[in-house]
Amino acid sequence: MTTRLMGTGVQRVEDQRFLRGRGRYADDIAVDPATLHAAVLRSPHAHARIVDIDVADVLDVEGVHAVWTYDDLTGPMADPLPLLIPHPALTHGRTQYALAKDEVNYVGEAVAFVVAEDRYVAEDAVGRIRVTYDVLPPVVGVEAARAADRLVHEDVPGNVGARMEQSTGDVEAALAAAPRRLTLDLDVERSASMPLEGRGTVARWDPDSDRLQVWTSTQTSTGVRAVVAVKLGLDLRQVDVITPDVGGGFGVKINHPWPEELLVPLAARTLRRTVKFIEDRREHFVSSAHERGQIHHIEVGFDDEGRLLALDVRFWHDHGAYTPYGLIVPIITSTQLLGPYKPDVYRVVFESLYTNTVMVTPYRGAGRPQGCFAMERTMDAIAAELGRDRTEVRAVNFIQPDEFPFDQGLIFQDGRELEYDSGDYPALLEKIKTLVGWDDFPAFRAEMAAQGRRVGIGLACYVEGTGVGPYEGAHVHIETSGKVKVATGLTTQGQGHATVFAQLVADELGCRFDDVEVVTGDTRRMPYAVGTFASRAAVMSGSAIHLAARKTKEKVLRIAAEALEASPDDLQVVDGVVSVKGSPGAAIDLGTVAVLSNPLRYAFDEASKAATQFTVGDPGKPPVPEDEEPGLEGTDFYSPERSTFASGMHAVIVETDPLTAEITILKYAVVHDCGRLINPMIVEGQIHGGVAQGVAGALYERMVYDESGQLLNASFMDFLMPYVTEVPDGIDIDHLETPSPLNPLGIKGAGEAGVIPSAAVFASAIEDAEGLSSPGLTITAMPISPSELFHLRLAHAEETS
Amino acid sequence: MSEPLLEVQLSVNGVVHDLRVPARRLLSDALRHDLGLTGTHVGCEHGVCGACTVLADGRPVRACLMFAVSAVGLNLTTVEGLAGADGTLSNVQQAFAECHGLQCGFCTPGFLTTITAGLRDNPQPTHEQARDMIAGNLCRCTGYQNIVKAVERAAELGA
Ligand code: FES
Ligand code: FES
Repeated sequence: MTTRLMGTGVQRVEDQRFLRGRGRYADDIAVDPATLHAAVLRSPHAHARIVDIDVADVLDVEGVHAVWTYDDLTGPMADPLPLLIPHPALTHGRTQYALAKDEVNYVGEAVAFVVAEDRYVAEDAVGRIRVTYDVLPPVVGVEAARAADRLVHEDVPGNVGARMEQSTGDVEAALAAAPRRLTLDLDVERSASMPLEGRGTVARWDPDSDRLQVWTSTQTSTGVRAVVAVKLGLDLRQVDVITPDVGGGFGVKINHPWPEELLVPLAARTLRRTVKFIEDRREHFVSSAHERGQIHHIEVGFDDEGRLLALDVRFWHDHGAYTPYGLIVPIITSTQLLGPYKPDVYRVVFESLYTNTVMVTPYRGAGRPQGCFAMERTMDAIAAELGRDRTEVRAVNFIQPDEFPFDQGLIFQDGRELEYDSGDYPALLEKIKTLVGWDDFPAFRAEMAAQGRRVGIGLACYVEGTGVGPYEGAHVHIETSGKVKVATGLTTQGQGHATVFAQLVADELGCRFDDVEVVTGDTRRMPYAVGTFASRAAVMSGSAIHLAARKTKEKVLRIAAEALEASPDDLQVVDGVVSVKGSPGAAIDLGTVAVLSNPLRYAFDEASKAATQFTVGDPGKPPVPEDEEPGLEGTDFYSPERSTFASGMHAVIVETDPLTAEITILKYAVVHDCGRLINPMIVEGQIHGGVAQGVAGALYERMVYDESGQLLNASFMDFLMPYVTEVPDGIDIDHLETPSPLNPLGIKGAGEAGVIPSAAVFASAIEDAEGLSSPGLTITAMPISPSELFHLRLAHAEETS
Repeated sequence: MSEPLLEVQLSVNGVVHDLRVPARRLLSDALRHDLGLTGTHVGCEHGVCGACTVLADGRPVRACLMFAVSAVGLNLTTVEGLAGADGTLSNVQQAFAECHGLQCGFCTPGFLTTITAGLRDNPQPTHEQARDMIAGNLCRCTGYQNIVKAVERAAELGA
């Protein structure tokens, strides 16, 4: 019997390619001398009217083939870009044009598009375009947006794109009745996904077949395909979108179409040449997307045990200049901040505001880090107020294991009820306390204090809706060689899909793991798909692949049973061979079954020759019976009722330097429940990466805009992404598995978890470290740098003296 | 006005290539687009991320900070040149596979070249030295935990 692969840390099959320099990323596609290269002229102003664009000098540059401005766009290309996920609360949604029409609303907005022999020449040409702007005062940051003495879009009053409210009862009454109350004001700054590979698109028009091929570094090839077809006036069947290897996404590559994703195909069709656009790093900072910028006001009512009686949250979300991705991020904050807790009454109201800065789309965690920060700061504040242990206050508020499924009484981002499927939060808390040494910490603190060192401990809990619908599909095809080709439409950006999906197929089908080859994100192979985001790949495509493999296996057994003159129930498939249980002589391999499934009479190869020893099918019936199709394949789709809810807790021990306020991580611990694990090695890798991005968001990364809307730190020199020197040296991880009842494998998503609680856990630990020398110092804004901590100490000392 | 081209000879992974490039052509672009060695990646084009690191006479250099013409006379090694002639992975590559030292793989070539040079200079690094060895390269995916392990595993394989 082959060993079951689900649950084992199988080494990744894709690594062989990557390690040899044979990855194929967007910029590696179509390396042929005939490829033309594009560059984009971007707005230098945050807010301006375009008076005139003069491109007269550009076509003189040798090697320039074409230049486009808004006036050159026709038909649907001249309309605003789509608003992907409209929501009734988004009363004033606005999207940009592929090339700015009349006005620009952020530094970096695309104004003109040049195609030339190479990127150097295209950039030379961009430098020769003269634009006359009438500069307008910009709106930068949440405060300015709320003040609304200037407007981003003249027709959007108060800069308010959306206002949304949800509640589970009369929060005012509950607050008034609560024996204790607290108020908190909390800020989180902007950061960004910042994959090492930026955006990139290549397109080729094939005049012989009237087809367009597009390679793009996206998280959703089917989405790009649909929008390219619509905007270019093509039938869907004329467009193929292929997502090659993607050098990281983290959310930013879910937005589509980017202006360049339309302009490159347009140029390819117009010029009848392959055209490529590869974004540079500065462009990625100023013209893709950011996230996280929000300020929150919380009022909470509770009892002497710390039980949440009333939670009233208002927050203001900075969504930048446009809203192509709707309200996903603030809706997630507003629902997911509840985490593992169940307040008696909850009300949340948010406003999503326009500013003259880069737009916002989801970044790993998507609104949850802010929500978790809000909730967990509240928990810490309650604990401080009551003088209780922070873990106790959390524990009294947990949803209990016997309360699942638990309906929070709200509508989640996918339009479904916010109903948690399964979990065991008390068990997680026990695990994290053990892992980090919560109960032993006072002794450690005393020991450190004796040496003049300041240490603090913090913890934070979260619940994460993962595996959102609507669906994902898969196609499994067994070749006559016995090789199994699997296609699923969602994309991959480094999560090891080729490996985990092959594990699932090998388990279900009984084939050899090495015989499975997985293709993702190619609309030619699976045209129905959604995409890779929201920790949904394993849940959605994993389940679809499992179901498709099962369907394929049913067909294998049907055909093999006839060939072996046995009942399907008596057959087993092990290592790619179908045999009759208990009679090892009677066997047929999968490749031969594949031959038999397709009643041709050609002996192409050894497998087809071997197949001649078996006869299949009743000679009195047609060779392909009714209800049957030739070929050994199976397609299936998985569409869940609602999301699965993963959960976890992080804890950290930090040291803060009494003089310099430098913050050092001494220990980092994670417990995590993503249901059944497919490949623990890969899940841990996801946690490692998430924690690094979380540390970054808590301590280092922010988007520094000046008052004129210029991003001052648009480079890796100035935007402080962590190197190895900034991440914990070792992360202790423990897993809990509460299987999800919603899918056949019992899995939940794991991709974003690592990043969600970081701001909260660091705030808690730093505050704890500072507490002994500065009692009552509270941390209300993230990220926190050493100099900010230093100034916080000074301000606090002044207040209390 | 056409841009003057220069004749340059680049020696990459033991093979000598003749090419004609403008003086301003970056070494990273020449490797990737003129020679088709797309394993060398460009993550920032301003010398900070390390994704474009190649070995020049065995020493790590950032191919995005060097012109192709400046590389004349140097023996360059890119990620494509790390495996043995028979295709066997080098110790460093092997260690990355064993330790799950990569996710999207975009930063990986720069780490592989950097560590290859690092371990040649210091074949048995301490844990601190292993961390130091990769402290100039950015990775957005792995959180570095497994890359450090891979450095230590490669040292073991080389011992
Ligand atoms: S691309 Fe050369 S260092 Fe980043
Ligand atoms: S593996 Fe993706 S950047 Fe390092």
